[in-house]
Amino acid sequence: MLETLLPILIFSALALAVIGAVRRIRLWRQGRPARVDLLRGLAAMPRRYLVDLHHVVARDKVMSNTHVATAGGFVAAAVLMILVHGLGLGSSERMGPILGGLLLLASAAMFVGSLFVAKRRRNPPARLSKGPWMRLPKSLMAFSASVFLLTLPTLGILPAGTGSVILALALAAVLVWGLGEMFFGMTWGGPMKHAFAGALHLAFHRRPERFSTKGGEGNRSTGLKALNLDDSKAPLGVETPSDFTWNQLLGFDACVQCGRCEAMCPAFAAGQPLNPKKLIQDMVVGLAGGSDAHYAGSPYPGKPVGEHAGSPHGPIVAREGQALVDAETLWSCTTCRACVEECPMMIEHVDAIVDMRRFLTLEHGNTPGKGAEVLDNLIATDNPGGFDPGSRMHWAADLNLPLMRDLGQVDVLLWLGDGVFDMRNQRTLRALVKVLRAAGVDFAVLGNEERDSGDVARRLGDEATFQSLAKRNIATLSQYRFQCIVTCDPHSFHVLKNEYGELGGVYEVRHHSTYIAELFEAGRLHFAPWKGGSVTYHDPCYLGRYNGEYEAPRNVLKALGIDVAEMQRSGFRSRCCGGGGGAPITDIPGKQRIPDMRMNDVKETGAELVAVGCPQCTAMLEGVVDATAEVRDIAELVADALVERPAGSGGGSDSTRAPQSAAGARPEMKEVTS
Amino acid sequence: MRPDAQAPGAPSTGAQATSAQQDGALEVAVLVSVGRHPVTGRARRADQDARGVELALSLAGARISLLHAGALDEESESALRGYLGMGFSALTLVEQLPGADVVPALADRLSAARPQLVIAGERAEQGEGSGMLPYLLAERLGWPLVGGLAAVEKVENGVATLLQALPRGQRRRLQVRLPAIVTVDAAAAAARQSAFGPAQRGEIEAESAAVEWDEAQPEWNVTPARKRPKRLKIVKAASARDRFKAAAAKAEGGSGQVLTDVTPEQGAEAIFKLLKDEGVLR
Repeated sequence: MLETLLPILIFSALALAVIGAVRRIRLWRQGRPARVDLLRGLAAMPRRYLVDLHHVVARDKVMSNTHVATAGGFVAAAVLMILVHGLGLGSSERMGPILGGLLLLASAAMFVGSLFVAKRRRNPPARLSKGPWMRLPKSLMAFSASVFLLTLPTLGILPAGTGSVILALALAAVLVWGLGEMFFGMTWGGPMKHAFAGALHLAFHRRPERFSTKGGEGNRSTGLKALNLDDSKAPLGVETPSDFTWNQLLGFDACVQCGRCEAMCPAFAAGQPLNPKKLIQDMVVGLAGGSDAHYAGSPYPGKPVGEHAGSPHGPIVAREGQALVDAETLWSCTTCRACVEECPMMIEHVDAIVDMRRFLTLEHGNTPGKGAEVLDNLIATDNPGGFDPGSRMHWAADLNLPLMRDLGQVDVLLWLGDGVFDMRNQRTLRALVKVLRAAGVDFAVLGNEERDSGDVARRLGDEATFQSLAKRNIATLSQYRFQCIVTCDPHSFHVLKNEYGELGGVYEVRHHSTYIAELFEAGRLHFAPWKGGSVTYHDPCYLGRYNGEYEAPRNVLKALGIDVAEMQRSGFRSRCCGGGGGAPITDIPGKQRIPDMRMNDVKETGAELVAVGCPQCTAMLEGVVDATAEVRDIAELVADALVERPAGSGGGSDSTRAPQSAAGARPEMKEVTS
Repeated sequence: MRPDAQAPGAPSTGAQATSAQQDGALEVAVLVSVGRHPVTGRARRADQDARGVELALSLAGARISLLHAGALDEESESALRGYLGMGFSALTLVEQLPGADVVPALADRLSAARPQLVIAGERAEQGEGSGMLPYLLAERLGWPLVGGLAAVEKVENGVATLLQALPRGQRRRLQVRLPAIVTVDAAAAAARQSAFGPAQRGEIEAESAAVEWDEAQPEWNVTPARKRPKRLKIVKAASARDRFKAAAAKAEGGSGQVLTDVTPEQGAEAIFKLLKDEGVLR
């Protein structure tokens, strides 16, 4: 009897799954077109899953092994089940025992995996979604156990007539449950949807360059994509869910609601009304239409679930009243990319948030807080503070900095950034100039020809002002010849390095910590031993997660003789200072301040000093009252430790090259070298 | 709050304008100029004019038209688009050449369109910037003018209730029969953000108009503005409260006197004496 029942069950489940898949694909196709290489993507998908995705999942070893057993077991079991029970190969003489044995193995592995899934669900952490996800381990067990047991008679391990008809029917019923969850639910919107949407999302990802290939590592691909402002028909950002590209919608649908993003999000921790997981789920609600009442995870802090609803062609943010998402949710984001870094499904949260911000700024004209004022300043004065652009170099009146306009060609173009108007950052800049001079670097600055890089304008959604600033900066830079740009501002660094390229400006850009590390390696800097207390280091988001530079700042600190007492959240998990993405400008209230939390992290290490490498981080962390640690930029620490070359170290192998300008000033050095 | 006062000079013919619109919408024209950023001198939407637009947007059921008299070039276009970005689909440009006197052209345009309320900034941010334009327009059209507005409270039966800004945060409520010209004080609500999308899509509808040359201006000698010496405020305050009051105070002219019913000679005498006392004339 089972021989006739099982194929019917299996193939009807498959048919339903196919119908669901078509429906789901049509939902995604509501999005705007995107240029995706479909075939190459599908071909690359297994590798993206096995290597890149598991690289992220494997940060949690138990969960990673659980997933390998469960998912691997399921895929194998499903294929084998179709062969053995669906197509009846189980009864063939030659293939039957092999396939059946493999099926037993696969379903057993899946069952063991689902036991671990069940264990995690017994006392789930707050970041996990509940609701339908709570039944998933039972469904997994139902599928694997029933497949295992139904395969035993086929293999002849148990005689075909074992048990009664009732038992067989009961088993078949359990299998129906399992099939329903695993096949039907996969495409009709159950928890298993993540497998179907996730696989296609990996294949058709909007940033394929993120993934590794056989040839090498993927790059970080963190630069925002430019809007086409010349085409008056091109939409300015995203108003409705269908304004996202179809592969973005697909990406939202891939979310497995693990809440790793939520656990890392600084805005969520600060009690601001943002939860990256909920945001992605709201987009899923939007693409299918409906309300968020069925969401079973942590809500946006301070915003009860069930009050928002949307539709594929309805607005995401209402001009008045409520729609799918409130504007302050979008403006709470610091664009720190902690969510993207942590997401095992490789979802691009920050892209989506900036897309929606673009619409709010460019179409609604509704940038909150000081946003409108800052953007007006950027338009009128090329800096966010509204300062006279002719006063850019006032801070350096006594430094006699060489100007690009006078020299035309140098080794290093020192990009100063808007920190020139900030008295705290001026100390960092003076230190950096001192270091460059000590190393005899041939450098110059743009002076009054420099403008804001456009970082803040772009994160606030004002793509027009960003492109205007960027194009003028690129035109200025194109007049001069230099080998690389060095800057102490990771935001300028990121924009110059990763976002000007699309507009025609391709440069070699280094953060000052990278450059100082190189100078030290080359033997051009010499430091007195560190005499201060313990030191910790705060990774700026735009240097670390955006550009992968975790080592150079630590190497510089090591060269200074500092043993860094690492914070629990450092490196790629560094917690944001709260200063990115225009967050201090839009200033969405929360329960606590992000920099306060970060200084608490510093306090836990017992460090007396926190080294930073970003003017925003410096400003945010120094703004914390009753801080236990002093905030110093790496450039300042290096400048304080500078010494002339120790007398004994003048070996012939030293490749120090005294530049023409500084050579006359230090004749003793020349004697030692020769 | 002071008692309501009728603005002087309201012509009795004003109520006729209400017949111009049947659907009851209030016709509002906002005069907008090309501003100049105080630090960089770049063209922008003028601050007070933009506040005037904001004031118009605050009026329920108003049909707002934006009006600019001048020439269209790259700079002025970007500034004018700044007004469109506040949510307008079109702006009327009364074409005038540089050096033209825009008052006659604007007056012709307004008397033809017959809006009930004309809103303008107090003075332009560049050019002559005398602040005379609203007054000259009012004189030509024979309409009442109310200066230094903070808000328009309501418009009913052809009468507008206005809130005029006075020093130190004081307000005076006025009623004026429409049509009328009002100018906007810096105390009025700040202009909303100008959005790029509507600014780019909005149309600048050019209308040709007769050009009357400004005869006086070419004879003037224009020199860059110099910072004028300011009278130092010497505060002899004993308490923090006094210091705060002194810092917050606008020029009050406490020792001034109001001369009424005097002959021109007596008036001139008084002014001459004041100038001598203040050391302006020696």
